[in-house]
Amino acid sequence: MHRLLTWIFEPGFFANQPVHVAIVIGAAVAVVSGVVGVFTILRGQSFGGHALTDVSTAGGSGATLIGASPLVGFVGAGVIGAVVMDAIGIRRVRGRDLATGIVLGASIGLAALFLDLDATTSNTTGATQHILFGSIFTTESSTVPIVIAFSVVSLGIMAFIYRPLLLSSVSDDIAAARGVPLRLVGLLFMLALAVAVGLSALAIGSILSTALLIGPAATALRLTRRLGWSLVVACLIGVGGTWLGLLLAYDSYDWSSSHQGIPVSFFIVAVQFLAYLASGLPFARAARGRRPLGISAVG
Amino acid sequence: MFGPSFLNAWYVGTIVAVIAGTVGFFVVLRGEAFPAHAIPNGAFAGAAAANVLGFNTLLGLAVCAVLAAFGIATLGRRDRHDVVTALALVMMLALGALFLSRSGQYEPQIFSLLFGEVLGVSTIELLPVAALAVVCVAAVVFLYRPLMLSSVVPEIGEAKGVRASRMELAFLVVVALATAMTVPVVGALLIFSLMIGPPAAARSFTDRPLSALLLSVAIALVTVWLSIAISYFSNWPIGFFVGTLGAFSYAVGRGWAALRRRRSVAPVLVGP
Repeated sequence: MHRLLTWIFEPGFFANQPVHVAIVIGAAVAVVSGVVGVFTILRGQSFGGHALTDVSTAGGSGATLIGASPLVGFVGAGVIGAVVMDAIGIRRVRGRDLATGIVLGASIGLAALFLDLDATTSNTTGATQHILFGSIFTTESSTVPIVIAFSVVSLGIMAFIYRPLLLSSVSDDIAAARGVPLRLVGLLFMLALAVAVGLSALAIGSILSTALLIGPAATALRLTRRLGWSLVVACLIGVGGTWLGLLLAYDSYDWSSSHQGIPVSFFIVAVQFLAYLASGLPFARAARGRRPLGISAVG
Repeated sequence: MFGPSFLNAWYVGTIVAVIAGTVGFFVVLRGEAFPAHAIPNGAFAGAAAANVLGFNTLLGLAVCAVLAAFGIATLGRRDRHDVVTALALVMMLALGALFLSRSGQYEPQIFSLLFGEVLGVSTIELLPVAALAVVCVAAVVFLYRPLMLSSVVPEIGEAKGVRASRMELAFLVVVALATAMTVPVVGALLIFSLMIGPPAAARSFTDRPLSALLLSVAIALVTVWLSIAISYFSNWPIGFFVGTLGAFSYAVGRGWAALRRRRSVAPVLVGP
């Protein structure tokens, strides 16, 4: 038994300081992303969420350039991007996709410039890799309180707008008839989304953070048709998958003789992707009823 | 700036702009911005894999981009299209990161594959790029009518025997081929800017499809040429200029459309 355990958990996993930090950050990020992600999918804003990750790439690389913390850049740029997208966003879905794409393209251009300047002018090494593909194992423990604070803000917004957001996600018309301020609710949701994206950018990298946002939520929505449950399931899958990814990455140092580890972000993304594929298998589909989610969510 | 060592950049940039302007026109028309963003990222994984395993980069790009197109089209039939696209996208990016971490020179590779390096094109690479471009344009010309029909009025298309799902797959494969040749030049992330900005702007200026298509190619050409030139003088990455010029042309298009709407009382035909 002990042998099996040491085979699964390589020696030193639980005593390792960076692993402790990673476990805490990973859990906080996964919970926020899970809750926000479910609504992102229900509202059909996967592309918007993904675009915010690219906006946050520009923010993170810009912050590194002026010597600030990437996390502040991720979240700050995300919030600005959310407001801009909300301002130029057109009501029609197709127009919204175009506006989103333009914001995305422009911010990737900015990111290209900032990352290039990072590499050529400042003496920070590895900025490109950290910003694009995450730094969960190299984050300092002093960042943990900031991560927790951002998580509380994002979850607080979600709790505050939960009912009206739910209503407007199911039907804008019903929500408007009941006097829900659609514009304000939409904007607040985009802000919560921006914070969630910024957090997961810190953990698994700005261009991969969509995985934690969409992956667990998509799997959860396939497994259960009740909204409350889907939030819980999304958080569980998110946290479990992230921890599994951390463990696999830690173990992978001993897989090859050269002790060349495999990037932790790869494992976290791969676990979420496989979980999503598995949720489409026949036995998982049978567990789900036939009623569409929208109906049971209101009832 | 027009010396022999730099000439290839102009050739390739021109080919890329023509392809992006043409294919991008249908991307915008069909509202497939997200898949068009995702497929280049699949190509990124292919290029990274080819790098590690020692294959031809262009081959890796083409194979992976087409695979990504098939994956999105197939999985997308069963679940929400945007969710599948998002997940396929990050999975491919993560694979790319994995492959690159196996190769020695991690950082410069990431940068040039994601953000492009127009100067890195050699004369030997020029021919396959041109060949792929011809294939792409031929496919668009061949598919022009059914593609137009199923993009604008899918119901009539279906009635005339144009299967929407098959058209979707065919179109995504064209996007994939266009992607494969453009990624080494402008990068996986920025080819998207070039596919969205110029066509979106062009559609604000004219309502006739063929003139919009030509205008889209023209704007893409100007964007790329300007980007190469400014990038040469400023020494800043070309991606920055492609991204900002793309957004700029879109903003001008939106402004023009707003102006036109105010001037004329007659309703302006805005596409679907």
